[in-house]
Amino acid sequence: MSETTTLLQVNDLHTSFFTNSGEVKAINGISFSLDRGKILGIVGESGSGKSVTAYSLLRILTDPGRVTAGQVLFNGEDILTYSTQKMHSFRGSRISMIFQDPMTSLNPVYTIGNQLREAIRIHTDRTREQVHARALEMLTLVGVNEPEKRLKQYPHELSGGMRQRVMIAMALACEPDILIADEPTTALDVTIQAQILELMQELQHKLGMAIIMITHDLGVIADICDEIIVMYAGRVCERGTADEIFYNPCHEYTKGLIRSIPTFGSTHEKLTPIAGNPVDLLKLPSGCAFASRCDRAMKICLSDPPEEIRVNENHIAACWVNVKNVYDEAKEGQDQ
Amino acid sequence: MSNHPLIDVRNLKQYFTVKADMITKLQLKAVDDVSFTINQGETLGLVGESGCGKTTVGRALLRLYKPTAGEVYFDGNLITDDNIDHYRKDMQVVFQDPYSSLNPRMTMADIVGEPLDIHGLYKTKAERKEKIAELVQLVGLNSDHARRYAHEFSGGQRQRIGIARALAVNPRFIVCDEPVSALDVSIQAQIINTFEELQEKLGIAYLFIAHDLLVVQHMSSRIAVMYLGKIVEVGPADEIIFHPVHPYTQSLISAIPLPDPKAARERRRIILQGDVPSPLNMPAGCPFRSRCRYATEECAQVCPSLEDMGAGHQVACYHPQG
Repeated sequence: MSETTTLLQVNDLHTSFFTNSGEVKAINGISFSLDRGKILGIVGESGSGKSVTAYSLLRILTDPGRVTAGQVLFNGEDILTYSTQKMHSFRGSRISMIFQDPMTSLNPVYTIGNQLREAIRIHTDRTREQVHARALEMLTLVGVNEPEKRLKQYPHELSGGMRQRVMIAMALACEPDILIADEPTTALDVTIQAQILELMQELQHKLGMAIIMITHDLGVIADICDEIIVMYAGRVCERGTADEIFYNPCHEYTKGLIRSIPTFGSTHEKLTPIAGNPVDLLKLPSGCAFASRCDRAMKICLSDPPEEIRVNENHIAACWVNVKNVYDEAKEGQDQ
Repeated sequence: MSNHPLIDVRNLKQYFTVKADMITKLQLKAVDDVSFTINQGETLGLVGESGCGKTTVGRALLRLYKPTAGEVYFDGNLITDDNIDHYRKDMQVVFQDPYSSLNPRMTMADIVGEPLDIHGLYKTKAERKEKIAELVQLVGLNSDHARRYAHEFSGGQRQRIGIARALAVNPRFIVCDEPVSALDVSIQAQIINTFEELQEKLGIAYLFIAHDLLVVQHMSSRIAVMYLGKIVEVGPADEIIFHPVHPYTQSLISAIPLPDPKAARERRRIILQGDVPSPLNMPAGCPFRSRCRYATEECAQVCPSLEDMGAGHQVACYHPQG
């Protein structure tokens, strides 16, 4: 049963960067699964490990980064054990990725057509004419006007929004099962961001691929994701459906994040920021990484990493305060 | 109390000459005929997409550029090239990027102390040191770190240093040019609160430039919306957010990603077609007409000017909606 719906299963993934000043533990044991045709959002602040997660899944980490433990099961097969050769054909055809900066992720000295055709040629054995037709089809699909003309243009001749559309076309050209989007709209203006988000949702309906959406913007996440993972210092704090995360947050960090953004309409109500600064990944504490910034930290938070507990069938949180709340509630129930 | 606004900008224009090729020179109208006022202790939010000229407005108003035309009055006095040095003490700026706006070779004490040196605001070394410590604590930094260099601080802390530097000369007005957009969400809230507390304590007026409408809405009492060098709508913050009448403002507000899944599902986004036209090649008439759903022939003729809709709400559109 599970094989038919679960597309990607990540088990206890660890990734570290071995720098001169020591081991930077960017990811410390994260696990999640992604179902076919779903949009999963990964949200967190800079340095929380969300991009490194994506790089680890695709095995495009650069030195000195290395996956040190864990499994990434795609349709039940561990892609971390794939040979370099096999990985080459896997990447782009089954999982592909779009990056934050559409300005720098296209090669400035080749035309759009050249780059788009290359992506198609590498992964399929189409003829020249078929490749060209496919390139045109893809540009039309992502809503680029005058596709014939665009194929002959260079990246600098296109606007930021257009370039991001070209990136999406390139990523989807080989009909991947999973599209990883790493901050795809962060570099874009609000009205262009709305266009791109709308396009991604539309394509997801049409083509049925799963999307992993990485962003720091809670608004973007709320807008399009089915399920959300909140990360802090390389760990999963909380995981659940969009409604659960926003309306029933159970991790103190998630609560803090939601309190610290201005909401639509509530003018002049003071924001409640999270105190302190992000944790230094070189010196991760033995307990919960968020404990030093948490108002409700207890003794156990400083000594033991929190266990993931299931809040309900759509929601998992790793926070000792939450464990305590559940325990207190259960006790109260018993007393009555 | 004087009854004139603290900042009064009238018909400000800032054109740049751009070389298209070896011979042709084009005029880029970054800011084209912009007027607004800011009262004592008030925050005016300035929003718009990249390239609409919002940063240029801030810089031209401070005479970091030499404006092509237009006047800026500070507290009723016309600012000219001759007296701007005098008014620099009253008008300061906080920049977007806390990484590149601090000199990496200076310590925090030197960065915050430099304006004091320039304007001769102390008599003894001890007084200078005391003033620096005061400023640093005012923005929520630890004065024991005064001898540290900029790279030893985090992004949020650096932005605080930038704020302390702006406050050093006791300004009455600060241009905040995207001061929180380079920061993480949790740090953003800290800096926003710092700005608000300083305003309550010191009565400073802000021109708050940002592209994040949720932040601007939170900070400002009034909001001005810019598109291609022009203000298209200006009014009280709640009016602009809840009852926008310019088609551009409407689509801008409907495009805000709401951190609320239910509201996001129910809301209808107005998706604009196409991109912002190049400011080098602006359409005649209303600059927004190429993307506007309601554009008619009238819009192609003459650019609409700001008309009063009542209660300080002004809009530049022939077909105001709602």
